[in-house]
Amino acid sequence: MTDDKDLIRDDIEAYLAKYQKKEMLRFVSVGSVDDGKSTLIGRILYDTGMVFEDQMAAVRAASQTEEPDLALLTDGLKAEREQGITIDVAYRYFATDKRKFIIADTPGHIQYTRNMVTGASTADVALILIDARHGVLEQSRRHAYIASLLGIPHLAVCVNKMDLKDYSQEVYEAISAEFTEFGKTLRFKDIQFFPISALVGDNVVSDSENTPWYDGPSVLGYLETVPIFADRNFDDFRYPVQYVIRPDLDYRGFAAEIASGVIAKGDEIVALPTGKPSKVIAIDTYDGELDEAFAGQSVTIRLEDEIDISRGDMIVKPDNLPRVTRRFDAHIVWLHERPLDTEKAYLVKHTTQTVRAQIDKVYFEVDMGTLEEKPSNGIELNDIAKVRLSCHRALYVDDYQKNRETGAFIVIDTLTNNTVAAGMIALEDSDQNIDDVMKELHAESAMEPKTFVSPNERMERFGQRGATIWLTGLPGSGRWTLAYALERKLFDEGRTATVVSPVGEDLRSMISAAKAVTDAGLINICAFPSPTRKDRDELTARIGEDRVIQVYVNTDEALCRERRPDVDTSNFEPPEDPDITVALDQMRIDNAVALILEALKERGQFEA
Amino acid sequence: MQSSERKLSQLRQLEAESIQIIREAAAEFDNPVMMYSVGKDSSVMLRLAEKAFSPGTLPFPLLHVDTTWKFQDMYRYRDKIEANLKGELIKYTNPEGVAMGMNPFDFGSKKYTDVMKTDGLKQALTKYEFDCAFGGARRDEEKSRAKERIFSFRDSHHQWDPKNQRPELWNVYNAKIKKGENVRVFPLSNWTELDVWLYVWLEKIQVVPLYFAKERPVVERSGTWILVDDDRMRLEKGEKPQMKKVRFRTLGCYPLSGAVESEADTVPKVIQEMLLNRFSERQGRLIDFDEEGSMEVKKREGYF
Repeated sequence: MTDDKDLIRDDIEAYLAKYQKKEMLRFVSVGSVDDGKSTLIGRILYDTGMVFEDQMAAVRAASQTEEPDLALLTDGLKAEREQGITIDVAYRYFATDKRKFIIADTPGHIQYTRNMVTGASTADVALILIDARHGVLEQSRRHAYIASLLGIPHLAVCVNKMDLKDYSQEVYEAISAEFTEFGKTLRFKDIQFFPISALVGDNVVSDSENTPWYDGPSVLGYLETVPIFADRNFDDFRYPVQYVIRPDLDYRGFAAEIASGVIAKGDEIVALPTGKPSKVIAIDTYDGELDEAFAGQSVTIRLEDEIDISRGDMIVKPDNLPRVTRRFDAHIVWLHERPLDTEKAYLVKHTTQTVRAQIDKVYFEVDMGTLEEKPSNGIELNDIAKVRLSCHRALYVDDYQKNRETGAFIVIDTLTNNTVAAGMIALEDSDQNIDDVMKELHAESAMEPKTFVSPNERMERFGQRGATIWLTGLPGSGRWTLAYALERKLFDEGRTATVVSPVGEDLRSMISAAKAVTDAGLINICAFPSPTRKDRDELTARIGEDRVIQVYVNTDEALCRERRPDVDTSNFEPPEDPDITVALDQMRIDNAVALILEALKERGQFEA
Repeated sequence: MQSSERKLSQLRQLEAESIQIIREAAAEFDNPVMMYSVGKDSSVMLRLAEKAFSPGTLPFPLLHVDTTWKFQDMYRYRDKIEANLKGELIKYTNPEGVAMGMNPFDFGSKKYTDVMKTDGLKQALTKYEFDCAFGGARRDEEKSRAKERIFSFRDSHHQWDPKNQRPELWNVYNAKIKKGENVRVFPLSNWTELDVWLYVWLEKIQVVPLYFAKERPVVERSGTWILVDDDRMRLEKGEKPQMKKVRFRTLGCYPLSGAVESEADTVPKVIQEMLLNRFSERQGRLIDFDEEGSMEVKKREGYF
C-alpha cells in the first residue's frame, strides 16, 4: 500500500487502472489461539496499512497490554470475544501493490475441522503456524493434512515465535526438515517455510535482520508472488448450467460459471444427460459477445441446435467427458453434531444438481491423531472418512484433486436442511466414452429399492419407538376390549398407535401386518389368538424381540369359560415370562391400561 | 475482460462470482426479491443482476423499504431508476410507524430505526412471502459481518443466529428452507468499499449525487454534518444551517446520516479521498454509535 500512496495522491486514475487489474489470492490461516495466528493476521493488516485509524483506536482501548494487541483486529463477534475464542470463519480483505487478498481466518479449538474445511475449500494457499518452542505437533500435521485433502495447492509453514528461541537457525531447520519429510505424504504443489515472529514482525511483511541466515522471502512477499494462475483447471471443459435465459422465443441462452476448461465460439459440445451434440454459436455477456471464455467466467452460451437443456445439466466437450455415475467414492468431512445415519437418505448438492443420495458404506475413518486409516464406529462431527455414495440420479463428476469444482459436493439433511457434510470425490482412473455414459444414464437406478426413512427419523417424527403390544390370554379374557381401550388412551396421550383388526384366521399374516406397522414406527396393538408358546416364539422372532411387548391378560379362567363356553381352550399355554400381566376380573380396564402405559414408559418406548 | 492470458483481474473475478451467486439464488428460491436501498452498493448489485440475466429481464422484483425520511435526492434517483427498470420496484413503508407519526427526532434513532427499517423490512418480506432477499452488505463493512455467510439463514421470525449458521463451502450454496423461513443472500460479500467504487467508475454506474461534494445547507451535530434536507428537519435552539461543501459516504435517513467536508466531486476523487483518509465506512452512520457490537445486535433483530 505504501508505495501506492504517492500514485493515489498524484494520479488516482492510474492507480485505479492498476488496482483493478490486480490478481486475487485467497488464503486460509490455520492454527490454534496460542500459535499467534490472530497476531500474524493483525500484523499483516497493520503493516500493510490496511487498518483504519478508528479501528486502531478501538484496538488500543481494548488491549490489556501497553502495546496494541494486534490479534484484536481480527477477533470479531461479541460472543467469541467474551469467550476468548473465535468460533467461526471470518473473512478479511487487504491489498498490496501486487495483489488483492482474501483471508479466511479459521479459529482453533472447538469445531476446528469444520471451520478449517470451510475456509480451506476456496483457498489457494494454506498458512500454517508452528510454535518454534513446541515444534511440529500433532495438530500441525492435522492442519496440513486437511489443507491437502481440500486440494489447496500451496502450503506456507510459518515457524512462529522465533524471538523466543533466539532466532536459532538450528531450531528452524529441524522443524523444516521434520515437516518436509511429513509433507511428502501429502499432495501440495509446493511447501515453503518462514522463520517469523508475528509479535515483533520478523519476516512477516519485510525481511528481518534477526535472521541473517534466512534468505527466502517474507510471508507477504511470498503471498504476493506465489504463482496461482496455473492452479485452475483449463483442460477439462465443464459447464454446469445454472439458469436458462429465455426473454423471448428467439433467444435461448444457458447461463453458468465455467467450472473448468475453455470454450470457444464454434466448439463442438455434448449436453448431459441427453447426450445430444451441438455447436456453440455464441458466448454472450452483458458487455458483448466473447470469442472464447474460460474457467471462472460467468457467461451465457447459445447453441446451434434446439436441444433440451435445463438447470442441473452439464455442457461438456465430446472428447473430454466427466465421469457420469450414480455411485462413487468420496472423502467426507462431517460438519454437524448429529452423526451420519447410513440408513437415511440425504440430499447431495453437486455443482447445480441436487439429488437424493445415501452413504451406504464407510470404508474407513481417518484417525485425526495418527492420520492413519482406522475402522469406523460411526461418523460424528469433525470426523473425516472415506465412503461410498449412491445417488438417485447420475452426477457428472471428476476427481476432486484434478478438479475442485466438479469434484466437490455438500450433503444436506432432508429433515433439518442443515449442511451436514462436505465431500471430495475420489475417482480411480478409467476411460468412459459417450456410449458408456449413455448406458449409465439409461441404467436402472443404482440404488436398491429400499426405504429412505431410517428408524431414527421415524422415532423423531413420532416421538416413540415402533413396537407391537401383543395381548395373550384365554378367549373371553377381554383382550380385544383392552386393546381398543389402550389404543384410545395412547391416542389421547399424543402417541401414534393402532389396533390391527384380524385379517383372516391366519396367525402368520397377522404377524406380517404387525411387523409392517411396527417398521413404520407406530405402536401396534394385537390381540389375535396365539395360544401356544410356539406361536409366541414365532412372532417375537419375526417382529424382533426388542420390539414386542407381551401382555398376559390373566383373567380368571372360570369367568372366561362362562363368557365363551363354546371355545375349546385345551391347547392354551399361559406365557411363562410375560412383560406385563393384568387380570381384568380384578381391576378396572382403565387401571389395566394405565399399568401397561406405565410399563411402556419405563421401557423407554417414548422420547422424553 | 478479453485477455489472451486467460486470467481474470480481481474485479472481474468478483463480478463473475457475484453473478454466479445471484443466478444460483434466483434458480433455487421460489420467490426472491432484491433489496434496493438506493445507495451505491445497491446500484452495483443491480448492475450485477442485470448482467446475470442479460439479455433477459430480472426474474425478481426490487424492494425499497421506505422510512419516509430518506434524502430527497434519493427519492428522485429511485424514481429515475424505476422509470428505466424492466421490472417491478415495490415500495413499502411500515403503516404502523406512519400511524404513530414515527420520526427520528421524537422517538430516538434506535426506536425509529427498529420500527421504520427493521420492522418495515420484516413486514414486507412476510407480506409478499419472499423466501430470499438479496442484500448489498459487504463483509469488510463491520467486524460482525466478517463472518456472515453469503447465503445467510433466517428463521421464521427473520432472526439471524450467529451460532446457528450453515457451513458454506466452495461455491455450493445450500438454499433449502422450510416454509416461512428465509435466506438473505449477499452477492457483494467479498467486495470491499474500494471495489464497489472502482466498479461504479469502470462501469459508469450512476449513483445518487449526494456521494459527491457540493455546497449544501448543514448543521453540526455530534461532530458530524447533518443535511437540512427538507422543512421537516428540526433545528435545535441556536442551530443555524450553514453552507458547507460536503458529501456522504453512506446514505440512509437524512437526519441520521452524517456528511464529511470534502472537495471530491468525481468518482476518482472520492476514491482518492477515501484512500488517503483512512476512516471506516459506517462512521457516517449515527445509528452504529449506540454501543460496541451494535450491528450484531441489529442483525439478530432482523436488520440487514
